[in-house]
Amino acid sequence: MRIVKVLSIILITFVLIAGIAIPLSPAPQGLFEFPIIPGLEDKARNIFYHVPIAWTTVLAFLVSMWYGYRYLRTRSIDDDLKSVSSAGLGFMLCILATVTGSLWAKFNWGSFWNWDPRETSIFVLLLIYGAYFALRSALASDEARARLSAVYAIIAGLTVPFFIFVLPRMVAGLHPGAKGDVDGSGPVLEFKMAPNMRVVFFSSLIGFTLFYIWLLTLRIRAARLEHHVADQHS
Amino acid sequence: MSTIARTWALVVKDARSELRTRYAMNALVMFVITSVATILFAMREDQASPELLAGMYWVVVFFSSMSGLSRIFVSEEEKGTALALQLIASPTVVYVGKLLFNCGLTLLLTLAVTVLYLIVFPGFVVASFDIFAVTWLLGSLGLASAATIIAAIIARANTRGTLYPVLSFPVLIPLLMTVMRSTIRALAGEPFENAFGEFQVLFSYLLVMTGGSYLLFEHVWKD
Amino acid sequence: MNGIRLQVTDLRRDFNRRPVFQGISFALDAPGSLAVTGLNGAGKSTLVKVLAGAIGPTAGTVAYQRAGMPIEIDALRHELGFVSPYLNLYDEFSAEENLRLLSRIRSGNEPASATIERRMKQVNLWNRRHDDVGTFSSGMKQRLKYAFALLHEPAVLMLDEPTSNLDAEGIAVVEAIVAEQKERGLLIVATNDESEAAWCTVRVHLSGSGGNKR
Repeated sequence: MRIVKVLSIILITFVLIAGIAIPLSPAPQGLFEFPIIPGLEDKARNIFYHVPIAWTTVLAFLVSMWYGYRYLRTRSIDDDLKSVSSAGLGFMLCILATVTGSLWAKFNWGSFWNWDPRETSIFVLLLIYGAYFALRSALASDEARARLSAVYAIIAGLTVPFFIFVLPRMVAGLHPGAKGDVDGSGPVLEFKMAPNMRVVFFSSLIGFTLFYIWLLTLRIRAARLEHHVADQHS
Repeated sequence: MSTIARTWALVVKDARSELRTRYAMNALVMFVITSVATILFAMREDQASPELLAGMYWVVVFFSSMSGLSRIFVSEEEKGTALALQLIASPTVVYVGKLLFNCGLTLLLTLAVTVLYLIVFPGFVVASFDIFAVTWLLGSLGLASAATIIAAIIARANTRGTLYPVLSFPVLIPLLMTVMRSTIRALAGEPFENAFGEFQVLFSYLLVMTGGSYLLFEHVWKD
Repeated sequence: MNGIRLQVTDLRRDFNRRPVFQGISFALDAPGSLAVTGLNGAGKSTLVKVLAGAIGPTAGTVAYQRAGMPIEIDALRHELGFVSPYLNLYDEFSAEENLRLLSRIRSGNEPASATIERRMKQVNLWNRRHDDVGTFSSGMKQRLKYAFALLHEPAVLMLDEPTSNLDAEGIAVVEAIVAEQKERGLLIVATNDESEAAWCTVRVHLSGSGGNKR
């Protein structure tokens, strides 16, 4: 865990500094200049933060779903603890991803919200997280809460492929990889990125993933302690 | 064979119960009427575009179904009859029986909304009947499938009424977006092949949702 | 009908992460009878629901077998009768309709009319058979539950608070049913009434603190 912690701090610090401080240049030379992408300019830097956060949001949901599934098999409340800890983090990251994306959209596409397929997807993920926690607060016993929220997470997860693979192909969108986008064919990552941008980007991807893992273990430990304390006092 | 007979017996029981109590039916009918009336008030003399009408059609269907489709499980829970059902029927029988009942109810609901739309909105003209018919069928079944498993989940919760649309909406978005698109095609009179993409999505949604619910239902139904 | 055996091993059920009961183990052979006793909230109803397979255990196993062969949960539904104040039948159907509809859901076909008549006469509801259950008093509802539970001649009969809501005549009916069931198969009674517990030969006492023993 120590390695995860240290590495995530180093990587994110590196990304924060490199992503913002490295200057743009029309004819980039060496490692310490990024190319100017026409139409994006400095706004391109958002990719170092927004995309890794959005990725971690989806990862958190999948982890939550996985531990929900585990709970249904083992009926061990510890699995539910992991599931809900991941969902809580995912909810937070989902809000961050929505805000960073929306701000960027305002400056690049002209408005905060455009109902582009990927914007729709993150909005739906936000709704799913909200519904998941609304359901949990409406259930009386710990066992029913764990069981039914796990089922809901899986049912909601069944719709994820539709958002990732189907809708972006059907509806014209603004993100790379959408219908009508000739250049980028992959769903997220087929950017024409300079090698040094790639280094920063993937450092960020790994950094945020490790950051998520670190926070998740912290939350799980805290939740276990909370349960422990609650058990002692009643 | 016996499983089919048992499942059908559950459908018969629910249908007869519904005919006696009109639990779901009354809510559905009143919801359809009030929501369509609200749209008419809002639009006044304006002629809405087919795109808008197609969207509003499914808005009415979604909210009406949210008022009625949960009854199938909520009423068992409220009347305290769920335990009797758990003791006499396997989860498979209960799930399939309840799903069939909700499918029937949803098909009736969408049919009623269609008839009402044809009467009150002059702009709502189904130019491609075949696209509309397939959309109606696959859309209703997919909606019923998602609504049934969510109904089973919320039946155990204590704020069921508000929770039902909250939980259903995100799950139903892929379906709603797709049926709205193919309904627009139906109103625009496009040829049948144009809607194949939508039909594929609707069909796979129905399969994925029903298959997933079938596998998970036991965990919802049994404490 | 005979030869059914119930084997319970180290059974535990949690509610809000704490055990309602735990460490319950016993075996019961037909013909035989078991009383589950304990104070209110000690988990008697939870235990009989777990034994009936309506809710799952948190840990441990409940196994029914006949002649050494395990009975699957789907087959058990045809062997089990259950009566309790919290098990409700459908208010919107008549007494007879309830029995017919529920039997069809259980087995795909209706029992013989003679069986229905015999059971409904046994619980003194035959002349009210066409009335909606919603119009019944709670005692009449309780008696109808006995008719429902016995319709398929179950090998295992579970009674939670068997005489609640019943008058003297109703209690006499229940005592006759209990005597018959003890001869025929397994009887499990959950009660905090000593005279009802005395119907049974074996007893499981739930102390309510989660750590219960026989």
